[in-house]
Amino acid sequence: MENIKEQDKISIKNLNFYYGKTEVLKDLSLLVKANEILSIFGPANSGTTTLLRTMNRMTELVPGSRIGGEIFLDGHNIHSANVNISELRRKVGMVFEVPAPLPMSIFNNIAYGPRLSGIKNRATLEEIVEKSLQMSVLWDEVKDRLHTSGMSLSGGQQQRLCIARILALNPEVILLDRPCSGLDPVSTSKIEESLRQLKEKITIIIVPHNVQQAGRVADRVAFLLMGNLVEVGITAEVFENPKDKRTSDYITGRFG
Amino acid sequence: MRIRLNPRTSQKIAKVVIWSAAILVLFVLFSIIIYILSKGIPNITWQFLTQIPSDMGRSGGILSPIVGTLSVTLVAVIVATPLGVGTAFYLTEYTRESTITKIIRFSAESLAGIPSIVYGLFGFIFFVIYLKLGWSILSGGLTLAVMILPTIIRTSEEAIRTVPPMYREVSFSLGGTKWQTMLKVLGPSALPGISTGIILGIGRCVAETAAVILTAGSALRMPISIFSPARTMAVHFYILAREGISLERAYGTAALLIILILLINIGANLLVNKFVAKGH
Repeated sequence: MENIKEQDKISIKNLNFYYGKTEVLKDLSLLVKANEILSIFGPANSGTTTLLRTMNRMTELVPGSRIGGEIFLDGHNIHSANVNISELRRKVGMVFEVPAPLPMSIFNNIAYGPRLSGIKNRATLEEIVEKSLQMSVLWDEVKDRLHTSGMSLSGGQQQRLCIARILALNPEVILLDRPCSGLDPVSTSKIEESLRQLKEKITIIIVPHNVQQAGRVADRVAFLLMGNLVEVGITAEVFENPKDKRTSDYITGRFG
Repeated sequence: MRIRLNPRTSQKIAKVVIWSAAILVLFVLFSIIIYILSKGIPNITWQFLTQIPSDMGRSGGILSPIVGTLSVTLVAVIVATPLGVGTAFYLTEYTRESTITKIIRFSAESLAGIPSIVYGLFGFIFFVIYLKLGWSILSGGLTLAVMILPTIIRTSEEAIRTVPPMYREVSFSLGGTKWQTMLKVLGPSALPGISTGIILGIGRCVAETAAVILTAGSALRMPISIFSPARTMAVHFYILAREGISLERAYGTAALLIILILLINIGANLLVNKFVAKGH
């Protein structure tokens, strides 16, 4: 693919997506640059979550869904036959809207992914767990109780645990679906802080739970409306000087 | 004309009715258990537990029926558990609702309602005669396995369905395959429910008479392999009581059966709790 540039981590071309007969994404094309935070925002039911989930093929779990178009990760089509879906999901990790620790200890939650990928050595796992928790700014709060249940943490801690769980797999891209929607401002700012640090090594795509968060954390933003990509650009430019009237209406709170 | 009660009166009546229902049930259950235990326990001696019955069961102990019960039940559980849990996982994880799943579920539910003597007849014709296994622990165990299969399928399926769907998504999103997800997340989360089904199954096996007498026989000798015929405690009790051989020994056997079932329940609960406590 000669027209995909080096710095494009993910490139989406003419993506169409259907749940049954409902068209959720309409002929959507989008480039995601390496090591940026891209925020995909829009009102409810505009396809933001679906777009996020197409990037690690989590949409395939929904019966009756259909996809058209192409998605490239580092220039490789993620739908080609030789792609190992488990490896793809390790490379492109995902954090869900509802913090969902598995019913096991904090340690085992984080070691879950690495163990599935075949790492068995206890010392290696311990190292991975500590590093991941430090990267998600949770280490200091849980280092003395790694073997208590992940469910015993507060909502904000659980979400950082989920981020640590992804980081344990050494991902290249992280997809976050409204990761702070149920959290208090302190937890939210802690998560945003960890995202800014992670950006050094990882490409981050986030669907924020409100427009303000998009403005705070993102390098670039993409505005989605009814499955159409309305506008994409550098955050400050889109927020101060939107090219499309629908974007400015949404940002200024005239609808949505 | 409708009679109108004031809410406080109806509340009081409801309370009395509900409480008396609960107390009545408890009373009936406990009086049966206490009656059998008080009649039976005096007969349980060291000799009773360690000797093989002699003179048709009039003297000696019930060691061979104890061994018979445990081995027939063990065969049934070893055969039925993987089949039942496997079918439950197939129904919930590996297939979508279709005609096939409906047929499987319908057959399982119909099987659950069949009287056990019919299983006995089937086991006699199929395992004992057609497969030439004879009256044996194996025939009895396989027949009981078929009998408890529906219970295990249904309770396991129920248990797997109540695992939050989110756990599956999380496991897949961390690169887990379907098999890994089943083994490491769904299985452990559904374990309490699955083990309830297995315990119910064990209870039915231990207590079963009709199906076992037709397939495992009623030999009083000590079984030496799974191809030996055997008498279970329930069958022993039935023969002792029905043929008026020894009522004291019948009560002793019954008391031991109740104690055995209680111990199995308590043991299984402890095991499950220990396992579950690790995660929650």
